[in-house]
Amino acid sequence: MSKRKPYQREMNNDWWLKNIFYSKYMIREGSSIFITLYSLILAWGVFRLSQGEEAFNAWLSALQHPVSIVFHLLVLLIALYHTITWFSLAPKAVDLYIKGKPLDGKLIVAGHYITFTVVTIFCLIVIML
Amino acid sequence: MSTQATHAQQAVVDKAIEIEILRYRPEQDEKPFLQLFEIPYHPDMSILEALQYIKDHLDSSISFRWSCRMAICGSCGLMVNNIPKLGCKAFLRDYYPQKVTLEALANFPIERDLVVVMDDFIKKLEEITPYIIPANDDKCLSEGTYQQTPEQMEKYAKFSMCINCGLCYSACPQYGLDKNFIGPAALALLARYNRDSRDAGSAERMKIVNQEQGVWSCTFVGYCSVVCPKGVDPAAAIQLLKVESSKDYLIGMFKPD
Repeated sequence: MSKRKPYQREMNNDWWLKNIFYSKYMIREGSSIFITLYSLILAWGVFRLSQGEEAFNAWLSALQHPVSIVFHLLVLLIALYHTITWFSLAPKAVDLYIKGKPLDGKLIVAGHYITFTVVTIFCLIVIML
Repeated sequence: MSTQATHAQQAVVDKAIEIEILRYRPEQDEKPFLQLFEIPYHPDMSILEALQYIKDHLDSSISFRWSCRMAICGSCGLMVNNIPKLGCKAFLRDYYPQKVTLEALANFPIERDLVVVMDDFIKKLEEITPYIIPANDDKCLSEGTYQQTPEQMEKYAKFSMCINCGLCYSACPQYGLDKNFIGPAALALLARYNRDSRDAGSAERMKIVNQEQGVWSCTFVGYCSVVCPKGVDPAAAIQLLKVESSKDYLIGMFKPD
């Protein structure tokens, strides 16, 4: 008679706290929650704009509340973390060959940063003007 | 050899290191438990050699898989301080003087001690038709071999280095949470054949890729590529397959077949 009795270990809910690599991954993925909240606030602003100048100004002054400023700084930090970690992974999803040799990962990452900077500056100019 | 050198060697031999092993003996244990061993420390001793020392000198009942001792057979995968590694490719000097904890590969059922049940992994490797399906099946041997340029080989060479050790499945939380996920090694092997210029079986394999349990169960944790002892980079293989799967979907919208 077989004495086989394979033992299946449980995967606990805190699996992502036991390895720093998993923790960093969860922060990267968890950033989506904060970015969603930021987008909702922004969408609310657009909705307030449709209600007229007074409503929009009320929304603008609400943004100047210290809680709002702290929240937006936090979202900025988290969004930057997401951007940096995501860009560093970009070479894995790119399949470019130049003269039969795969394109250097550093170039792909640099390309992302250059695009990111150009678009950011362009947006700033558009907003400022 | 001078007396001084012998003494220096003796000093190294006299050092000891603690090795803790997760034991599980199905005929007598309800669940696994930790057992502590102390062995002489050598800086050039691998984890696998430490296990062999324990089996030879301290407890002959301990079970573990091994064969080649040189990171090519893929048999001795295990968790070293909770990180999937090959026992032959991890060394005591990287942990000494701390205690080393060994456990069977995570996400797989434990058969006994450090031996896991790999049936599910092997089944998945088989599922993806891991062989070249030529476009022209009637080609006669006398017509010669299929030619390939170094550039064409470069496209898949990295993904063909897998030794089926299973470390990537242990590193993958998505596989841990859902055993139906095809998983890193099998998908890397699938990419290896789909990217081969001599192969014409892509359409058939894309049916596996496009499933929810195919590439879309992957959330790009990326740890599979970190633990891979052969630099296969399964995470890259899966992301590239996601691109192919998206193309497949877009083409299918305009040209259903």
